[in-house]
Amino acid sequence: MELAFPEKPFKTHGGAHVPHRKNTAQMESAVMPPPTQVIIPMQQHVGAPCTPLVKVGDEVLVGQKIADSMAFVSAPIHASVSGKVRAVTQVMLSGGQYVDALVIDSDGEMKISPEVQPPKADTRESFLQAVRESGLVGLGGAGFPAHVKLKVSPDKRIDTLIINAAECEPYITADHREALENSWAVLSGIYAVKDMLEIERVIIAVEDNKPDVIETLRKMADNEKLDPGNHVRVLALHASYPQGAEKVLIKSCTDREVPMGKLPADVGCIVMNITSVAFLANYLKTGMPLIKKRVTIDGSAIQYPQNVIVPIGTPIEEVIRFCGGYKAPPKKILMGGPMMGIAITDDSLPIVKQNNGIICLDEEEARLHEPTACIRCGRCVSGCPMHLIPTMLEKYAEAKRAEELQEYSVMDCMECGTCAYNCPAHRPLVQAIRLGKALVKSAGGKK
Amino acid sequence: MEQKLIVSPSPHLRSGATTQKIMLDVIIALTPAAIASCILFGVQALILILTCVGSCVLAEYLSRRVMKRDNTIFDLSAVVTGILLAFNLPVTISPLIAIFGSVVAIVVVKQMFGGIGQNFVNPALTARIVLMASFPAKMSNWVVPFWYRIGNPDAITTASPLGLLKQGAADQLPNHLDMLLGARAGCLGETCAIALLLGGIYLIVRKVISPVIPLCYLGTVAVISLLAGRDVIFELLSGGLLLGSIFMATDYTTSPINRNGRIVFAVGCGILTMLIRMFGSLPEGVSFSIILMNILVPHIERMTRPRPFGVKKEKAKKEGAQE
Repeated sequence: MELAFPEKPFKTHGGAHVPHRKNTAQMESAVMPPPTQVIIPMQQHVGAPCTPLVKVGDEVLVGQKIADSMAFVSAPIHASVSGKVRAVTQVMLSGGQYVDALVIDSDGEMKISPEVQPPKADTRESFLQAVRESGLVGLGGAGFPAHVKLKVSPDKRIDTLIINAAECEPYITADHREALENSWAVLSGIYAVKDMLEIERVIIAVEDNKPDVIETLRKMADNEKLDPGNHVRVLALHASYPQGAEKVLIKSCTDREVPMGKLPADVGCIVMNITSVAFLANYLKTGMPLIKKRVTIDGSAIQYPQNVIVPIGTPIEEVIRFCGGYKAPPKKILMGGPMMGIAITDDSLPIVKQNNGIICLDEEEARLHEPTACIRCGRCVSGCPMHLIPTMLEKYAEAKRAEELQEYSVMDCMECGTCAYNCPAHRPLVQAIRLGKALVKSAGGKK
Repeated sequence: MEQKLIVSPSPHLRSGATTQKIMLDVIIALTPAAIASCILFGVQALILILTCVGSCVLAEYLSRRVMKRDNTIFDLSAVVTGILLAFNLPVTISPLIAIFGSVVAIVVVKQMFGGIGQNFVNPALTARIVLMASFPAKMSNWVVPFWYRIGNPDAITTASPLGLLKQGAADQLPNHLDMLLGARAGCLGETCAIALLLGGIYLIVRKVISPVIPLCYLGTVAVISLLAGRDVIFELLSGGLLLGSIFMATDYTTSPINRNGRIVFAVGCGILTMLIRMFGSLPEGVSFSIILMNILVPHIERMTRPRPFGVKKEKAKKEGAQE
């Protein structure tokens, strides 16, 4: 082996010890029966929205491609139930923008489309085409189309594939359950990507608060039969938020720092979420595209917290009803975890591809804190994984000083929220930094 | 949904730290030294501490009210300032002078610059310096420890250890054990080294302060006194060095926000302290050193800005040189 595996994680800066609250980690995932209706937004990924390939009144089958786009950065969308297209409507996404959505009435039969056939994926080209057709986007929450990420320009040599199973957000255990319930698929998917992209080293990165995941995956990776060349190893990372953030993860696993505005491929790495690779293995075997998702339903307002495997497009309220409904009136509903998740306005929104958790908080937990004056304690500085000075960024954003914001590298902030989590004065640091980024962009600043 | 949901930006989870809890931790850390001062200097010490705390809180409340700002006395920072101010006064001082000091600290130094987090120098130390300039004799009127048990009033007044050293009366210096326990002349809260160290350890364990500033400050003093052939332990335990390095130089508002800045700041404090002790006309220089370094904080922070993630070291240096 030319490239050695790290014995222990490399040092990273900052971070916070957020509470884990992994209440659902030891519970088998429940499979939700098909809902009577699904709402499938035409944008469930980073990039161009799709246009529908079916019209109102059409019959659709499970796995049938119902929307696609000509754009490179995009991913097709498939029917998650069999039934009839009832309407084209508009839904508000978690980010606040409206997109078209197909409403499909389920016939309850889940008839599988004849389109669903194992794809041909024996060359790099056909493999990437298959990844595109599968509709796969980054399932860790980012929603970046997988085929775009895997299409590395030929001048960049990738030597390390990092499988992200850090899952550092509190509550969320979707990847944890995937690793335990679907471990064969994890290794099979890893091998597919590794062989097609000719990568010599694969590091599965898991936070050390998941000893069962580490043990399960290690057993496979250390098995001579399953991993003959010993190309795959599990690396236990310190459970410290935001360990699963791409740049932090690469630093922990390889000691390489992705330069500002560059991609992991620029330092020879590709990072894939563990559920993404496991899905890929299943897709290559069966041809069933991305039509369902494991979602952690938890939070103080949920009756029976658990992981649920949900057809994409299922309204959130239906999933919550499946989990016994609300035990207390919800005051805040999050798509994603409490550190980076987005608060939504309505529980009738559908589950989309990159959802990994729905966290419902009761009144007590949703309470907003009044900000007080910054006392310059430095907790935001010592916590920032990007070595920025959040309190300065906040001041410059408030004063609308685009030049200083740029000088203090506002664009490097990944909005992980560690600064605001740490802040004893409850300053709205992330909010101010987002404003600062918008200021820099509108000032036409160079990156 | 019938019920409206709260929509707010992430993160939706907070660590639970608040300014009030931090200040409460500082008050807890100051308690051993406060108890020691009452044992060493009697009930007058307690009266002085209560006077300073009361007048600081009242000054904070009234000045915020006059300025039509919200009431901030419950963040407890005024209580901390009050205790620190009292710790910087000789026990013989009149309560009226102490109240004057409180007003200087809270109104002039803190609130007139915008309140907590905005003052550019340490309020309690600045008030001490104002009092030293205004009442030089009263501010250096030291008494021996346990003076309240001594019948003969002539035997009460004495000089501080650093004062004795300056006068060349090295033979009258207290021994190291007395210095450690605080059985020496000095300001209320500065004498009992053991109590101050205990408070410092508490603050470090509770992660209220990082050990960088006290260690670099004390380390610099130790190295310089070693090089200058002075008694290292005596230098470390005398004057207001421990009080200053643990509780005043670590003041959030007036010390650098990043680690490298804190190192520069603390080393600067150490060098200035020793320069004043060795060559100045004053016996002690902790207050002046910290205040001087306080003023330099914005420049130190600019000089020691952390290298953002992903920026190569050489490149960061080059960029720094261009600025």
